[in-house]
Parts: sequence; structure tokens; C-alpha cells
Amino acid sequence: MIDAVGNPQSLLLLGGTSEIGLAVAERFAANRSLRIVLAGRLSNRLTEAAERLRDKGCSVTVLDFDARRPETHAEVVDKAFADGDIDVTVVAFGILGDQEQAWTDIELAREMAEVNYVAPVTVGVAVANRLRAQGHGSLVALSSVAGERIRRSNFVYGSTKAGMDGFYTGLTEALRPSGVHVAVVRPGFVHTKMTEGLKAAPLSQTPQQVAQIVVDAVARRRELAWAPGAFRYVMSALRHLPRAVFRRLPV
Amino acid sequence: MRLVTGAGPRGVLARGLGRSYGDPAQNAGGTVIDMTGLDRIHSIDPDTGHVDLDAGVSLDTLMKAALPHGLWVPVLPGTRQVTIGGAIANDIHGKNHHSAGSFGNHVVSMDLVTADGELRTLHPDGPTSELFWATVAGVGLTGVVVRARIAMTRTETAYFIADLERTENLDETLDLVSDGSDDRYTYSSAWFDSISTGARLGRAAFGRGSLATLDQLPAKLRGDPLKFDAPQLATLPDFFPNGLANKLSFSAIGELYYRKTPKAKRDVVQNLTAFYHPLDLFGEWNRAYGSQGFLQYQFSTPVGARAGLREVLTTVATSGHVSFLNVFKQMGEGNRAPLSFPHPGWMVCLDFPIRRGLGEFCAELDARVLDLGGRLYTAKDSRTSPEAFAAMYPRLDEWRKIRNSVDPDGVFVSDMSRRLAL
Repeated sequence: MIDAVGNPQSLLLLGGTSEIGLAVAERFAANRSLRIVLAGRLSNRLTEAAERLRDKGCSVTVLDFDARRPETHAEVVDKAFADGDIDVTVVAFGILGDQEQAWTDIELAREMAEVNYVAPVTVGVAVANRLRAQGHGSLVALSSVAGERIRRSNFVYGSTKAGMDGFYTGLTEALRPSGVHVAVVRPGFVHTKMTEGLKAAPLSQTPQQVAQIVVDAVARRRELAWAPGAFRYVMSALRHLPRAVFRRLPV
Repeated sequence: MRLVTGAGPRGVLARGLGRSYGDPAQNAGGTVIDMTGLDRIHSIDPDTGHVDLDAGVSLDTLMKAALPHGLWVPVLPGTRQVTIGGAIANDIHGKNHHSAGSFGNHVVSMDLVTADGELRTLHPDGPTSELFWATVAGVGLTGVVVRARIAMTRTETAYFIADLERTENLDETLDLVSDGSDDRYTYSSAWFDSISTGARLGRAAFGRGSLATLDQLPAKLRGDPLKFDAPQLATLPDFFPNGLANKLSFSAIGELYYRKTPKAKRDVVQNLTAFYHPLDLFGEWNRAYGSQGFLQYQFSTPVGARAGLREVLTTVATSGHVSFLNVFKQMGEGNRAPLSFPHPGWMVCLDFPIRRGLGEFCAELDARVLDLGGRLYTAKDSRTSPEAFAAMYPRLDEWRKIRNSVDPDGVFVSDMSRRLAL
């Protein structure tokens, strides 16, 4: 159960090597040791991540999960919930890739759509069914400001994030009557492996800063959070710019 | 009974009026039985002083029904809006704990529906006593209490005759409850200061008294001495912003509250609200905390843990987390229930507005309380860990054994039982 001050006792990380996801796990673990399920593609990185969390006093199980194979997702989620209720689930996987290739290469575009949109929907449905049955819990979806107003520079990525953002925004309402909380978190530029080599954009964040925002969103049952909070106003302004102006901006 | 035997995989739980601060009356994804519909008082016997009533009857209803017969609810907590079932499940206590013990001490018998769908009548002594005392303070996990027989306290009036006094610091506060003077009163508790640091830390405003006898009442009250007298001034509106509950406002109100209590005043006649439920003067007073709400932290320490208690209170006063509604009381002997909260010692209740960092701070307090040999109260807890709870209640395993014998499949579950792995 999530207690009165927002500490969960169990956490499912879909995207078990996600730096933001792991930062969330470590932030929760700093308050209280918890049971963690890391779901990701089996790799040394995943094993190391599990070890790191065990060193912090958590009990960790690792699950083989491949976002590209939606037909396996129901089974993965079943396994994740096999040891009892899951208090917090974080949907933390995603790919960025080369955006110029992504809109010119069918395979790359399809992969991005599958990993960033199809998979969040399939695991989202499976997790939602579980949460509805257990009648409590928080589901956090890591979206992106890139989905709020689509830009020429990364529109394939942006369009997948817009889609998953819309799905979880709707799921927020659908799960509300059952007492389940859904939070859509929209970070801007975050310094991770995914963005390595890219020029940091304004208002950039570390995974730890985003993790703090996620932890607060769970504690206060916030349904939408920006990382950092200032993005709410920045994006609100950008969203209303006429195209003729927007396309001339260096964003 | 059908609800119990037909419970789904998420189990079933009885709920009364929902006045517990945490999660003992919640069952996410499972069945929750609203007990307040079971609200009949079957009989009031002025000769034996016993009442026979359904578990969904509130103490408020019981008090109004029994007063005309000169009978008083034996244990009253800080609110009258609790059911008989809830009073048993949490083994509630009141300002008279040092003289009367907790609620379970006054239960003559109770009817419990157990996991097998059977209705069992339990008594505090004899062959059913084990399950009786596991149900007292058993937070609803042994079954559903549907009916009980309570031994009431006889009274001539519905008024208190009280002595009011103030202490200047923590030592004076602890001296006052340690000098034996508490024994002269059936009711005793104090508001105390947990914000001021240094010399004023732990200063308190005491209200100690007993039910007044008829000849102690002034003439104008003697005409209707058993009148239910619990006035309310105003109801607070629902638009208090967050953040009003801060150190500045709390210090000011605390100062006012402290000054309002006379240095020493003897034999004051007070009604139920004035003596017992002063907050009830303002309906929905909790709204002043804003929508973020607050967190009750009630703990106990054994008698004599003076230095330890001072350390805890100093930690609180310097923590940046402020609490205004503080209660201090010296508790009496505990009872036989393995999970009953009261034990001889000092009971402290704090009330923090929820802010970032409060969870970590309370975990730190848990460790100190454990160190002193104290514990937390199930009706108030909403955040402690299974490990801390098990350490605070060394008889937990004994209780689990009894519970598992009547509910081997875990039909009765609550969010609290999940959180604390009960």
C-alpha cells in the first residue's frame, strides 16, 4: 500500500534500465526499502541495475520484457503482479534515435511507433486491468514535452509521445472511479544515455530531478506534471503560436 | 453472513463511521461492509447498567439514549462519531483511561461473525476469551462484530466538575501527572506546547475532573441534570487554502489556547463540549488544515522515560514540522488484548500538516519511540512499516495465531493489514 505520506511498498518498472525509472526507484528506496520488479530486456545493464537496488536494501526481481513484442505483454504483466499488489508502476521505456532517418526510413519509423506508442498501450491495458482489480495504486507514464506541440526537428518521436500521452490522459479518467491514480509526467530535455551527444535544450533536467517530480506526483496524486514545472507555461505559450511563427523558432 | 462467506479474492472488512485516521477501515478492491445500517439499541437495563445494542450504533446515539437512565458511555474518545464495532476493533481510550481502562474493559459480551459464517458469542473470561481479546483491538481482522453488551457507567448528571491548571514547562507537566494527583480525578488530559523551544517546551494546559454529582451542580442546572449539553458555535467553510496551517498561525493559536486556561481554577462546572470536545465548538474544524490534510502521530512511552520524551519533543519543536493540536495524558494499566495500544505510561498525540519530508521525519520519530519502549496506535497510524509495528507489539505473533485459527484463508483483510503485513 502507498502510505499517507506517499511511500509505496512495491514498484514495477517497465523499462528496467531506464535512467529516469531507476532514479525514481532509488528516490523511493531512499525513504523506505521496497519490493521492486524490473522489467526489461535481459542484459548486463539490467542485472547491474538490480544489484544496485539490492544494495540499497530493496528486494528486486527481474523480468524479461521486450517492448517490441506486444503479444507477450499480458504475460509479462501477469508475472509482475504474481507476488502481490503493485503500488506504483512506471512506464519508462522509449527510444529516440536519429530523427532525420526516422521520417525517411520505414523500418525505423515503425520501430519507434511500436516501442513508444503500441507497447505503452498494450502494457497500459494489461496493467490497468490489474490495478482495477486491486482497487488501488499509481500508474506513472513518462511522456514528453515533445508530444505537446509537434516540432519539425523530432516529429516522429513527438507523434509517438503525443499518442501515448493521449492514451494515459484518457486512462486517468477511466481508472478514476476504481480509486487508481494515473500520472502523466512530461519532461523536457533530460541528460541520459538516450540524449547523449545531443545539445542540451533550455530547462534541461537530470534523471534525479525528474524522479523527484514523479515521487511528488505519486504522493499528491497529481494527474499531470511537467519537468520542470515551468514547462507548463512555456508549452502553453508555444502551443498557441501560429505555425508561421512557430516554424521560424529555433526549437 | 453471505457477504463474509461469499467474499471475493480481495476479502471483506467491516467499516463503521470511518473516523480512524489511517487505513484500518479500507479494503481496496475488496468488499467493505457499511455497518452503520445495523443501528438498533435492543435494551437498556438501568438495574444492571448494561446496554444491548447493534455494532453500528454510534457512541453519540448511545449517549443520548442512555443519559435519561442515568447511564454514561464508559469510554469516550475525542469524537462521539464512532460505532460500537469501531470502538471494540481499535480498543479506544479516553481521558479516563487511568481510572477506567479502554473500551474492551467494558464489553460484557459480543457477537462475532467469523470467516466460516458462524455467529459466535464471546465473553472476556472462559472458553471464548482468547478470541474475545483478539477481537478487541483486532482492527476488524478476526471477523465482523454485529452486536455487543456494554457495561455503562452510572452518573447523576451530564456535567463535569473540573480543575483547570497550567504548567510552565515539561518538567512541571510530568510532575503534575506523577505526583498522584491524577488519582483524584476520573478524567485527566492536557493540551501541550510542541512548538516553543527552550524553557517553554512542553508547557501544558490541564483539564482534570470527574462527572459531577447532583449536589455539585448550580441550582439552574439541577432542573435537568441529565440534559445532553453539547453546543456548537459555527461550522467552518470549505475554502481554507493550504499553508494557513503554519508555524506562525499555530504559535499564535497555541499561545491563545494556553492563556485561555487559568493558572489554577478549582471546581468549574463544564458541559461535555467544554470539558471533553472543545474542538466540536467549530463543526468541520479539520477544514482549517487545507486540502493537503494532516497526519496524526500518536505514540506512547513507558512512565519515567522523561529524558527520552524531552528528546522526542525537542526534535519535534526544532523539526520545522509544526503541530498545534497536541494531547498529553498519563495512561493507566493496559488490558489483555495483544494489540491494545494503551499501556502504563505517557501518551502523546501530535497533528502535523502534510508536507514534503514529513514521512522521513515520522520514520525518525518511530525509531526514537521504539527505542524508548513505546508504540503507535492503529486508529491513528497511516504510515509506519511492518517491521516497526511488529517491534512495537511484541505479542503480534500470539494474536496472529488466534486470527489464523479462526480465519485460515485470510477472508478479513484491510489496507492496513496489507500495509503492516498483519
